[in-house]
Amino acid sequence: MEKNISCSFSDLSSNLGISCFIAFITIILVRVIYVIYRTGKPLSKRSPQALSTLIVLGSGGHTAEMINLLLVLQKDRFTPRFFIAAATDNMSIQKARVLESSWADSSGVKGISAEFMQIYRSREVGQSYITSVWTTLVAMVHALWLMIKIRPQVVLCNGPGTCFPLCVIAFIFKVIGIRWSSIFYVESIARVKRLSLSGLLLYKLRIADQFFVQWPQLHRKYPRAHYVGCLM
Amino acid sequence: MGESLDGVKGKRVVFVTVGTTRFDALVKVVDSQEVKDELLRRGYTNLLIQMGRGSYLPTKSTGDDGSLAVDYFTFSSSIVEHLKSASLVISHAGSGSIFETMRFGKPLIVVVNEDLMDNHQSELAEELAERKHLYCARPPTLHLTIASMDLKSLVPYSPGDATPVAKLINRFLGFPED
Repeated sequence: MEKNISCSFSDLSSNLGISCFIAFITIILVRVIYVIYRTGKPLSKRSPQALSTLIVLGSGGHTAEMINLLLVLQKDRFTPRFFIAAATDNMSIQKARVLESSWADSSGVKGISAEFMQIYRSREVGQSYITSVWTTLVAMVHALWLMIKIRPQVVLCNGPGTCFPLCVIAFIFKVIGIRWSSIFYVESIARVKRLSLSGLLLYKLRIADQFFVQWPQLHRKYPRAHYVGCLM
Repeated sequence: MGESLDGVKGKRVVFVTVGTTRFDALVKVVDSQEVKDELLRRGYTNLLIQMGRGSYLPTKSTGDDGSLAVDYFTFSSSIVEHLKSASLVISHAGSGSIFETMRFGKPLIVVVNEDLMDNHQSELAEELAERKHLYCARPPTLHLTIASMDLKSLVPYSPGDATPVAKLINRFLGFPED
């Protein structure tokens, strides 16, 4: 008799465990579907209230293009600003610091309210794909750490590999409910016929709220993107 | 003395830039006799090469003997002055170098680095060449491009504008229109 009772008790607890697990997975799935559905839908009209903004910089033309965009955004709407560049990319951080100092100078504000951070690269140019698996994991953990600290409301990026882990984490934050953010991706002007890998992933996975392309060829191939012409 | 009878011989500088990259194939071909002869034939007097992280060192020349004066350097904090004083720019296909040069309205030959993996740079150079904003060349054919180029046929590039993106972003976030 006792044996039957203990058997049914362990059955009950394992059934309960399985049910909880299934319920958990279902909640996550429903939440993911809801986030994907809400992604890309404009936010409701707001009173002018500043939004914390994450700006992802990248080597090559990426930072120059990003600065070009920042120059036409109202600084008081996108503040505080957090700049992230790859660990080996000191020039981008330098350019961002120069921009912020010139803004501080012209508005007479003492000191700079922006923060500058560097993140481990998922993969260096030419690195083997096998070692890249490990470095990508390290980069993702580092990205998670930085994102937990920043929890931005707006994410601006334009293509470097560093932006993908950050955007994925922003998406996860939306799913879990840590922070709802609006993710804006502007594909680089150098991409005329094909999207970059970051761009392709963010487009296909519908992670970006708004996706901008600068050439008509890309607009034809990716109709959900906004064609905005050359920004440079 | 060295000046022609009809006045002071003007300096016409060809500025070559590889940005922050290494592009030995371009530096080498620009330093070749073929290209230098062609540049002389087209009326240029000076060749200044910004060679970046490359390892090939060009041969300097004062140009006193009527040949092309050649000089080079690795990096400078800003190449703006060199761009402004150039009569012709030959550049690698980086978007930064391309747009900076076009901003100053300088005639431009873009040379694509064929040794780069996943050469997305060539897309931009080819598109702008199709729109006649610049000439596109490969290192082996650079001298031919120089010989046949008609700089007057180039169409000036009107600078782009980032405000449409700013408007869309602001509208999406619910900010009031300015």
